[in-house]
Amino acid sequence: MKSKKLICLVAVVAMLTSLLSGCGQQSANDSNVIKIGVNMEMTGGAATYGTAAVDGLKLAVKEVNAKGGINGKKVELVIVDNKSDAAESTNAITKLITDDKVCAVFGPATTSAVLAEIQVSEDNKVPILAPLATGAIVTVDKGAVRPFAFRACFIDPFQGKVLAEFLKKDLAVKNVAMLVDNSSDYSKGIAAVITEDLAKSGVTVVANEAYLQKDQDFKATLTKIKAKNPQALVVPGYAEEAAKIVKQARELGITCPIVGADGWDSPILVEVAGAKNMNNTYFTNHYSSQDPDPAVRKFVEDFKAEYNGKEPSFAAAISYDGAYLLFDAIKRAGSADPEKITAALANTKDLQLMMGKLSMDANHNPLKSAVIIEYKDGKQSMKTKIQPN
Amino acid sequence: MNKMLKRDMFVLGICAVLFALFQLGFTFKIIGSFWQLNIILVCINIILAVSLNLINGYTGQFSLGHAGFMAIGAYVGAICTVKLALPLVVALIAGALFAGFVGLLIGLPTLRLKGDYLAIATLGFGEIIRLTVLNIPYIGGASGLTGIPRLTTFAWVFWLMILTVFIIKNLINSSAGRACIAVRENEIAAEAMGVNTTKYKVMAFTVGAVFAGIAGVLFAHYFYLVHPSSFTFMKSIDILTIVVLGGLGSMAGSIIGAIVLTFVSAVLASYAEWRMIIYAVLLIVVMIFRPQGLLGDKDLTERILNRLKGGKR
Amino acid sequence: MESNSIVMQIVQQCVNGIMLGSIYALLALGYTMVYGIIRLINFAHGDIFMVGAYVCFFAITTFHLPFFAALIVAMILSAALGVLIEKIAYKPLRNAPRIAVLISAIGVSLLLEYGGVALLTAQPRFFPPALGEVIFDIGGIIINGPQIIILAVSVVLMIALTYVIKFTTVGKAMRAVSFDAEAASLMGINPNRIISATFAIGSALAAAAGGLIGAYYNSIDPLMGVMPGIKAFVAAVLGGIGIMPGAMLGGVILGVVESFVSGFWSSTYRDVVAFAILIIILIVKPAGLLGKYRGEKV
Repeated sequence: MKSKKLICLVAVVAMLTSLLSGCGQQSANDSNVIKIGVNMEMTGGAATYGTAAVDGLKLAVKEVNAKGGINGKKVELVIVDNKSDAAESTNAITKLITDDKVCAVFGPATTSAVLAEIQVSEDNKVPILAPLATGAIVTVDKGAVRPFAFRACFIDPFQGKVLAEFLKKDLAVKNVAMLVDNSSDYSKGIAAVITEDLAKSGVTVVANEAYLQKDQDFKATLTKIKAKNPQALVVPGYAEEAAKIVKQARELGITCPIVGADGWDSPILVEVAGAKNMNNTYFTNHYSSQDPDPAVRKFVEDFKAEYNGKEPSFAAAISYDGAYLLFDAIKRAGSADPEKITAALANTKDLQLMMGKLSMDANHNPLKSAVIIEYKDGKQSMKTKIQPN
Repeated sequence: MNKMLKRDMFVLGICAVLFALFQLGFTFKIIGSFWQLNIILVCINIILAVSLNLINGYTGQFSLGHAGFMAIGAYVGAICTVKLALPLVVALIAGALFAGFVGLLIGLPTLRLKGDYLAIATLGFGEIIRLTVLNIPYIGGASGLTGIPRLTTFAWVFWLMILTVFIIKNLINSSAGRACIAVRENEIAAEAMGVNTTKYKVMAFTVGAVFAGIAGVLFAHYFYLVHPSSFTFMKSIDILTIVVLGGLGSMAGSIIGAIVLTFVSAVLASYAEWRMIIYAVLLIVVMIFRPQGLLGDKDLTERILNRLKGGKR
Repeated sequence: MESNSIVMQIVQQCVNGIMLGSIYALLALGYTMVYGIIRLINFAHGDIFMVGAYVCFFAITTFHLPFFAALIVAMILSAALGVLIEKIAYKPLRNAPRIAVLISAIGVSLLLEYGGVALLTAQPRFFPPALGEVIFDIGGIIINGPQIIILAVSVVLMIALTYVIKFTTVGKAMRAVSFDAEAASLMGINPNRIISATFAIGSALAAAAGGLIGAYYNSIDPLMGVMPGIKAFVAAVLGGIGIMPGAMLGGVILGVVESFVSGFWSSTYRDVVAFAILIIILIVKPAGLLGKYRGEKV
């Protein structure tokens, strides 16, 4: 009957379509090109970071290809969107490794998405370079270093310590309130480090509150915090919520300093919170686009020229450096063999990058400096730069 | 009896052949791992769709919380293997039982609700389950539970899927199944005819939940981690779309729907919004132009037999 | 000093809660209207709220209209959208089983959400704070200007709507259609027109809520309507679905409960409690706090 034919037709078409799309990727690996897979959050909650990271990456690729590529071969990116979802991240890396046969995978941006892909990378012996994921668990699991996982940024324990020092020394507070994003490993991780460090120095945590991503209204929780009279409010979460928290806190009359971590770096922060409310706020970051260092200035100018005046966020800057880190490793490996690239990455020493010199430590984490950014009248200014010890 | 047994043996034989073909393809790497992933997903989706169909299609209880049962199965199963170091079999049984138990708990109080209210209540329950899981640090909270060993293989998934279809098909064709259909058609009339509607509605929920739980365990043990974000309202809608497309009340429809939509989903993986837009349009169009779905409420074998025997109902 | 503090906290949380509640109430009004007349849970209502917010946003940023003019534009366009949706996705299913039209409503909701993502990207946009930034400090309790405006608008709209339903001919026609559409048509009322009018008004209300919320929280994104939509439905059911003052009451109660949960327990349980309230009410008193249960006849 008509409907049975329709069903068969639909099923066949669906099968054929996927067959064709599958076949398309099965084409032989073009050995004149170095294929790097990119598993990024292009949509979903972490899209700001994912898209910025890809911007930085693409700029680096364009630059290196203009100079003739690596070992004479041009670099080609294969980008897959993991939609800021852990299960999709697993699918994405599976596709990149098995279908596209990439030699290394760049990304994702968030710690939870990275964790979802590590097993696949280890099963297939392909290295992953997570440019921005700061969770310690990315490279070290239960005391053992993951052989194929690397990152290009500092880790949250370092960031947490920097923030704790800032609270104790620069802001000289005796008690703080914590407002943590319970839906984020990253936020919880930093909060844990800060709490532990402060406890050792006798600074009390008078309030320990939580929220979830996508929350809009924090008045109730902030009222609770205000009643405890903290000398500083710590919000180690992402910009979208931090912006509203700062705004609503100020509206409720909370005037103490509010501090955060690298998740704050996004233009939407000062837009939504308002310049006036952002006074007396500080956050740790990987770099400042205001850094007077000439290498940073050149990068900022090139980025602006490439992307219509857009200011590079830390995600773009780290990915740019991360890309060069990977290119250098591929060059030293002398081939597109994933295992050789892995070894080369682990041996990176004193590589001169835009943000400074980078060496990979024994735990596959780079030793990098952090900056503290302050907001004055809606503009970012670099307060201090802290070297890794 | 004999004729049915012969028919079942024949179908089982075909399944065994199919299984062998696929398994050989995987073992000798003829079929790539991208395909393997999707075929396993198809089997899991079939289990989910068929179990949802029992509740929504055959018993007419509009449940929007199926993802919640899957979540329970997934987490309980993961706790068994990760925290208690038990084998997959135990995880499967535990996951199924817990999910079934919760299905029972949800089924009982929501009995009195009809149509829209039931839908919203089940949606509420699904969300409560997800949000509660989000707040429990022991099972990972908002970061999810990681480190789950990949114990799910094609064999497990395939044969559990066959088992699910077999059990639910037999359930439908029994007197319990007919009671469910009676409840769907006209609950008051069924009650008047002496059908214990309470008992059968709760039974449908519980059995549906049990199989959703099994699907959850299989899912968790394939993807290395379970995360609350995999079990949102959207997941329930994904399964609902499969059932609606295939036809509410048609098992073959759910199977075909699962196959078609899993592959559509894989092809559109790079275009997330377009996938959801297509699903949305599909739901609206199917409801307006062909509410009985692709296969309606007749099973495929019935239709083939009808055609062969010249249209006798 | 400590007890003063607790009392102050409780009062402030009540204030927070009433303000939050008035937002839910505004959305719940539209839900309850539509359900009261055609017994449909319009899943897409929360998404029309989102559309209203975006239209208002573009009216202000691209066309430079003043806020209230932008709001009116958003209300008119959303009303049109609501009528269009009804004609395309719900009217053909008027005589179909309940499940069918519910599924179609889910489809419309998804279409609006992901159509929005496809067209406008999932990135949140900054909505200018068009309601002003005045803050009142009354003996330590903080209330700001935007909160008062939203509360006032909700109350005014609720009164206006109740007046329309009780005292105008259109209102009478709506009530007639909600009792028995066939009988109403026999009395010379065109049910199609009334249903379209209902959707138009409901959507306009949702759009107004969207514009106000956008200006209040200063950020909008295509999925912003999902949670508020469900919460508004909870509020409507809590107060008594189909009853205007019920929407207001339900909204305020929900808002206060949420504020207390966040303020004295943990905000991560806020949504769990909201859903729990929904289920409890559905099981204990499905007609809602102000509703009367109409038994089902064969």
